[in-house]
Amino acid sequence: MLLIPCPHCGLREESEFTYGGPCRDLPALDGQSDAGTWSQAFHMGKNPRGPLRELWYHSSGCEAWIEVTRDTASHEIIPGGQT
Amino acid sequence: MGYSAFSILGHALTANKHWQAAVGTPEMRTSYDVVIIGGGGHGLATAYYLAQEHGITNVAVLEAGWIGGGNTARNTTIVRSDYLLNSSFRLKDFALRLWADLSRDLNFNLMYEPRGYVDLAHSDGELEHFTLRANAMRLGGAEASILTGDALQERVPELDMASPKRFPIAGALVQEAGGVVRHDAVAWGFARKASQAGIHVFQNCPVTGIEVRGGKLQAIETPKGRIACGKALISVAGASTQVAALAGLELPLNSVNVQAFVTEPVKPALDTVVNYNAGYSYVSQTSKGEFVLGGATDGYSSFARRGSFERIEDVLARALQMFPFLSRLRLMRHWSGIADIPMDGNAILGPTPVEGLMINAGWGYAGFKATPAVGHQMAALLATGQLPELLQPFAYERFALGAEQDDAGAGPYPWLH
Repeated sequence: MLLIPCPHCGLREESEFTYGGPCRDLPALDGQSDAGTWSQAFHMGKNPRGPLRELWYHSSGCEAWIEVTRDTASHEIIPGGQT
Repeated sequence: MGYSAFSILGHALTANKHWQAAVGTPEMRTSYDVVIIGGGGHGLATAYYLAQEHGITNVAVLEAGWIGGGNTARNTTIVRSDYLLNSSFRLKDFALRLWADLSRDLNFNLMYEPRGYVDLAHSDGELEHFTLRANAMRLGGAEASILTGDALQERVPELDMASPKRFPIAGALVQEAGGVVRHDAVAWGFARKASQAGIHVFQNCPVTGIEVRGGKLQAIETPKGRIACGKALISVAGASTQVAALAGLELPLNSVNVQAFVTEPVKPALDTVVNYNAGYSYVSQTSKGEFVLGGATDGYSSFARRGSFERIEDVLARALQMFPFLSRLRLMRHWSGIADIPMDGNAILGPTPVEGLMINAGWGYAGFKATPAVGHQMAALLATGQLPELLQPFAYERFALGAEQDDAGAGPYPWLH
């Protein structure tokens, strides 16, 4: 069971959260990026065996979307990774 | 030497002192025609069919761990082909037809038992959707039926349909050709036959590098030496991202944790495979008497091979909704594996942007049932260079083209597939 540090509610069990997946940096909405660039940004990579910056939604709590950096191999939550 | 009742008797008379190793321990060559990275069911099946169908035996299979130590031996042994999309259905139904004769072809008892697969629906809406799927299967030439009420109770007498439930049982899709296959026998059977044909299978041999020059595959590097090769296949399930990265390839998938459980053995009580769909809990009983249970993924990226307790509770609570008598059994073992799930929940099969390098990835927790079909088709691709029709919908490029193969309609969220 993961204990996820919510900046508003403190340490809470993973069952209170909904997973939002890895944080993705998307291209600017200026019409300058082609379909391949968007597909790359949406689909590829972001599957490290190690620290991963990801989104969690505190659905059964304060309902905030939070950013957490978690090690996918050890499940350790890296301090300072959440905002 | 072949396995038979006579060979067992013969070995018994000589105190079982003369059994030969099923898989050889060869010296590594400096080059092979084909290198298969990953000695799981899929990789070994590909090796077997390369020899069997195409006469290609200058092949190395590189396994980082041991034969039968990965996801091939971590699944819940279920085989079936009840998929909605033509592409998914056709590949798995081809596999189902191959399973039927494979024990004889491999001279290895895979204990294939077509004892039926019962997929429970929990609302009229869901049952409508199951009917659509059953009709799609029938149009594809398979058998499938929808059972409700007394007919379903008669098919699975142990199923508790009477007591009130949060998710009542509205009916079920039943595929009688579905069932179970002894999973580790599949890995051993393919490995033994491939080895007998002269294919080199190396265990404890991880791949440390993939040499690419000018967009073309040159060699595979291992701690045992460098192997020059023109063709290679990556078939490494949960480690796909890391191995593909050695060739500079990115894959559209996330690795997640999937758990499975086994109870203590009891007398025969359940002669079919049943799946609870509201959150997933699939249950069958082994020939030894243990109940095997599995469920959905843990729901987030993970390479831990260590499960979340929340999912254990989920799977067991749902199993008890179907079969309350299970509450009196203890869990004997519990394990998990790393499943690589693509953005549309379906596998990535075929050539990659690196010439000569093929991929078989992204089977998530659905790969076991497809083992012989994937091996058969991948062998055809490696031998002829032509992409077989059955594999075409699963191309690496489909994500950029918007041609996703999303059976569940769940969208680009691997942890929800």
